Amino acid sequence: MASAEQTKQPVLKGRVSRAGILGFLSAQGILVFFLLSMFVFSLFSEQFLSQSNIMTVVRQASIIGIIAVGVTVVIIGGNLDLSVGSMLSFATVLVVDLHDKIGPMNAILVMFALTLLLGAVNGFLVGLMRLNSLIVTLAMLSVIQGLVLIYSGGQNVDIANQGGTWFAFFGRGYVLGIAVPVLLFGLLAILVQCLMSYTGYGRRIFAVGGNPMAAVYSGIRKNWCVFSTYLISAFCVACAALVLGSRVMGSQNNVGQGYELLVLAGIILGGTSLLGGAGSIWKTVIGVLILGFIQNGLLLMGYPYYTQWIVTWVIIILAVWLDLANKRKRLLTTHS
Amino acid sequence: MTSIKGFFRGKAAIQPIWLFVIAIFIFFSFMSEYFLSLGNITNILVQTSTIGLIALGMTYVMINGNIDLSVGAILGLAASLAVGLQDHGLTIAIIAALASGMLLGALNGLVVWKTGVNAFIVTLGAMLGIRGLIFLYTGEQSFYSMNFAFADFGASTIGPIPVLAIIFLLCTLVMHLVLTRTGHGRNTFAVGGNPEASIDAGIRLGRHMMINFIIVGFFAALAGVLLASQMGAATPNLGRDYELWTITAVVLGGTKLTGGYGSITGTLGGVLAIGILRNGMNLMQVPAFYVLVVLGVILISVLIIDKKLNVPSTKEVRI
Amino acid sequence: MNPVQAITGRQPIDAEPILKLEGITKRFPGVVALNKVDFDVRPGEVHALLGENGAGKSTLMKVLAGKHQANEGRIILGGEEMEFENPKHAKRAGVVLIHQEQSLVPEMTVAENIYLGSLPKKWGNRVDWRRLREDTNRILETLKCSFQHDDLVGSLSIAKKQMVEIARALVFTPRVVVFDEPTASLTDHEKPVLYDVIQSLCEQGVGIVYISHRMDEIFHLSHRISVLRDGEYTGTVNTCSTNEDEVTRMMIGRSLELDHASKPSEFGENMLELRNLSVKRLFTDVSLNVRRGEIIGMYGLVGAGRSEVAETIFGLRSPSGGEILLDGEVVNFRNSHDAVVAGIALVPEDRKDQGLILGMNCRDNMTLAGLKTVSTMGFMKRADERAVYDKYHQAMKIKTPSWRQKVGNLSGGNQQKIVIGKWLHTHPKLLILDEPTRGIDVGSKAEIHALVKDLAKSGYAVLVISSEMPEVLGLSNRIIAMYDGRVTAEFDGDSVSEDELVQAITGMGTPTPAAAVIG
Repeated sequence: MASAEQTKQPVLKGRVSRAGILGFLSAQGILVFFLLSMFVFSLFSEQFLSQSNIMTVVRQASIIGIIAVGVTVVIIGGNLDLSVGSMLSFATVLVVDLHDKIGPMNAILVMFALTLLLGAVNGFLVGLMRLNSLIVTLAMLSVIQGLVLIYSGGQNVDIANQGGTWFAFFGRGYVLGIAVPVLLFGLLAILVQCLMSYTGYGRRIFAVGGNPMAAVYSGIRKNWCVFSTYLISAFCVACAALVLGSRVMGSQNNVGQGYELLVLAGIILGGTSLLGGAGSIWKTVIGVLILGFIQNGLLLMGYPYYTQWIVTWVIIILAVWLDLANKRKRLLTTHS
Repeated sequence: MTSIKGFFRGKAAIQPIWLFVIAIFIFFSFMSEYFLSLGNITNILVQTSTIGLIALGMTYVMINGNIDLSVGAILGLAASLAVGLQDHGLTIAIIAALASGMLLGALNGLVVWKTGVNAFIVTLGAMLGIRGLIFLYTGEQSFYSMNFAFADFGASTIGPIPVLAIIFLLCTLVMHLVLTRTGHGRNTFAVGGNPEASIDAGIRLGRHMMINFIIVGFFAALAGVLLASQMGAATPNLGRDYELWTITAVVLGGTKLTGGYGSITGTLGGVLAIGILRNGMNLMQVPAFYVLVVLGVILISVLIIDKKLNVPSTKEVRI
Repeated sequence: MNPVQAITGRQPIDAEPILKLEGITKRFPGVVALNKVDFDVRPGEVHALLGENGAGKSTLMKVLAGKHQANEGRIILGGEEMEFENPKHAKRAGVVLIHQEQSLVPEMTVAENIYLGSLPKKWGNRVDWRRLREDTNRILETLKCSFQHDDLVGSLSIAKKQMVEIARALVFTPRVVVFDEPTASLTDHEKPVLYDVIQSLCEQGVGIVYISHRMDEIFHLSHRISVLRDGEYTGTVNTCSTNEDEVTRMMIGRSLELDHASKPSEFGENMLELRNLSVKRLFTDVSLNVRRGEIIGMYGLVGAGRSEVAETIFGLRSPSGGEILLDGEVVNFRNSHDAVVAGIALVPEDRKDQGLILGMNCRDNMTLAGLKTVSTMGFMKRADERAVYDKYHQAMKIKTPSWRQKVGNLSGGNQQKIVIGKWLHTHPKLLILDEPTRGIDVGSKAEIHALVKDLAKSGYAVLVISSEMPEVLGLSNRIIAMYDGRVTAEFDGDSVSEDELVQAITGMGTPTPAAAVIG
């Protein structure tokens, strides 16, 4: 086998080495971009690369990040989840409101149970009923938003005794000098990454996303696989709500609104394809961190916060475009 | 069962959304005495005209096999421009607002066409970015219109019918005719239904896509201008979530997300359904947030009904 | 009527070629797909183009139809040198490609599909519906189509869709029409219609290029045969003065013999038994049995219900009547997972849609059906996975540079071997192969046939579904013939005659009227 390849090699040598660089860039391009942008920002602001600043950024990004970890699994499975933003506001309002009423432990349990229930509804409709995930989760976004408002009656909720509850640990606590949200983010990311790349379950999700029909013809219970991805997504949202609720100790009804799109932005920026069957958690982590660092870097450089949206617009499209261009070996499409 | 299916499919099919519109119309007529008044019905039309205008363009884009998430932001920018530029003259302000929408639509279309990046991603980015542009332009301030002609226009009527309703219905008619009768309309279907085949048949896929993005950009901007004239003001957050409402309306109207199938008449039904529900529930003094739940449930129900009606159960394997 | 009988070949037509391709070279990154290929078509002639998968037939035709542009070489149409920038350009010049894949828009009418991209217009870019209708009706009449101009294409049968494609070719008076595997999805009833259309095109002086894997068709239809091998032109012969052996030799560089002798001969207990199995509207009262070590061929036309029987056994459809016995016990599968656990393997009909995850690498595809065997507590054991891959990679002589290769990049034959390997790894009791060699080159075909026989000899119960008679005859111990959702006959694989088989699958001499099943 090796010798056969070697005989062909001389003709293609120049091409191969170029493809090697391109291949590396296309596989790790986002990492390169990440390091590059870090470098540029550090030129403009001395603060940028300081340990405390980095930790701040990661901590701020952790809520979006935790959700993105779950949504990445849904996307790899070939579907979308637009309802995570509403779900986050649902879970946060719930846990904060119940904290004083039934105690933190019970509040957390109820919050997790109900959020997972919402995930199960998503999973039921998309997985078992086989409805279009974009529309279903769009509808669920609206339904859950309505439920939050009905539950809270349009009032903000908060925790009365903010100083004296161990609930503060999740959003404000530190373990070994690392903020708990960051730890949780890292832990979840590693856990889910392992799940996706080292277990049979992960392999099945990739198969279902890559070609659902063939997955079924291979004896994979596709519908339940899809169902389970929504549970993972809901679980991650519940974790994010834990952090968010504990950090702010109060919640408005519209917290989390629009998060679904920021989450998607992070995932896309990381390089996970929306078509399903490909992608990885660590890419998503990088994508989310890039968003966080851009936001922070621009702020440090003195730009208003909304500048990051404009920058995100450009780099999301650029990232996907360059990836596509590399695959088709051509910058622009050819059709007219 | 087959007779029910025949009712919804085939050449002379009644769009299910219209049955639903009629049903809720009758329902609310009985539930509230105010509902059936001319004032209230024109009111519904005015209320729906904003979402409705965008939905016209969105129908084109979705039949074309794309989606536009940036319409809410385009609406917001156009509204801010229409109010903010009034110092330079009302006409210039409105032209600038409409042009901004078409320009951004053209930009979206051009990017989708030339880079081949999925429209969902392109317009998701644009949605964030254009909102950034609004904040940049307005400095996070709301603008109030000092020009009374502008504010009056939003409330003016021709006979008993508000101008906004007339504009909306006229645009609906024109867009319906363009979609069903012109080369561009038919090619929009072809491109959405089978892009590969369309390219082979020499249809200039990219151009049609770009035109449709310009159309939706134009309508989003028009909706923004009209909304601003209704309110006499523009806020930087104007139009948030409108993309979701619009897509909901279009999907309720039977247009397929995968492209190649849909109609303006269906979209009109979808828009009216949302409008009547909001208005009727409001009249029945149901808190506004229940509408969110009801809408979501209806949207999901439509999907389920569509699935039950469309799947030929013998052909498909159990998966 | 029966295409198999008329293997006569026609006299070549003596005329100046209407189309000449000279020295066509096409390079893709890293590959030379075509190397100085010559080809010509004379008016009124059917010129068959043959070659194994990947030999460059489709690429050559795409160059001809303007989908690809050649790096070198000339296209001369009617004495003029042409350069086609896109398919529409080629179409206007009179070169039309009728696709293997359906290139229609399902939600549009027949008329709109036929005039796709060239709808007649009135002022203001408005569609001229009246002219569209009249023009369409004219074309449909010449083709004697049984559907209307305003039928939705999505509601037509595959054969009728193919007719729409052909109708589309007639919009611009064609000079050369390329048929790329036109009969792949047609039933034997529908093929004569296609042959008539080709015949009438020939009579109008149109040159026909005919690409197919089926020798019987080629010898029935064509005047001349040209062969490509590995992107190179190997020669042209007159159909009337050649035979299948010579053509096969030209294609693969050696001749191929079907080995009837080595069929398995020792059978064990009943592994699968179907008792009056039925699924509403699809098939009725199907009874059969497969023993250990035995190969049963299920022969019938496309649409006779064969694949549906297989899918029902595999748990993908719920039976409306009858029962399935596996290893003597009645089984009732809720889904395909249950079937796999119970020891059934199905190599599906459509490799790319049903058999493989094209974006996954070879190894991952290979282990997909038996993930439990290569993992502990749900965690994959990489070394075991590699071992599984290596085992079947060697055993089946799969040609791929590495296990990391995406299966989408492999040839049809190697892809099919991966699907088979995937199922062998699950060590099934029953192996069902649905059209195992469709669209596969001759070399891989023989290898797969030999493999199937070896598997049966080592104790597998095998059910082979096929619409190719030589395949069924060459493999099966017994043959089950199906027609219109029913088993019409069962034959001994060694003593049955071709005529008997053809009668059994075309419903001749069977008392059951077709309406009984459909209604």
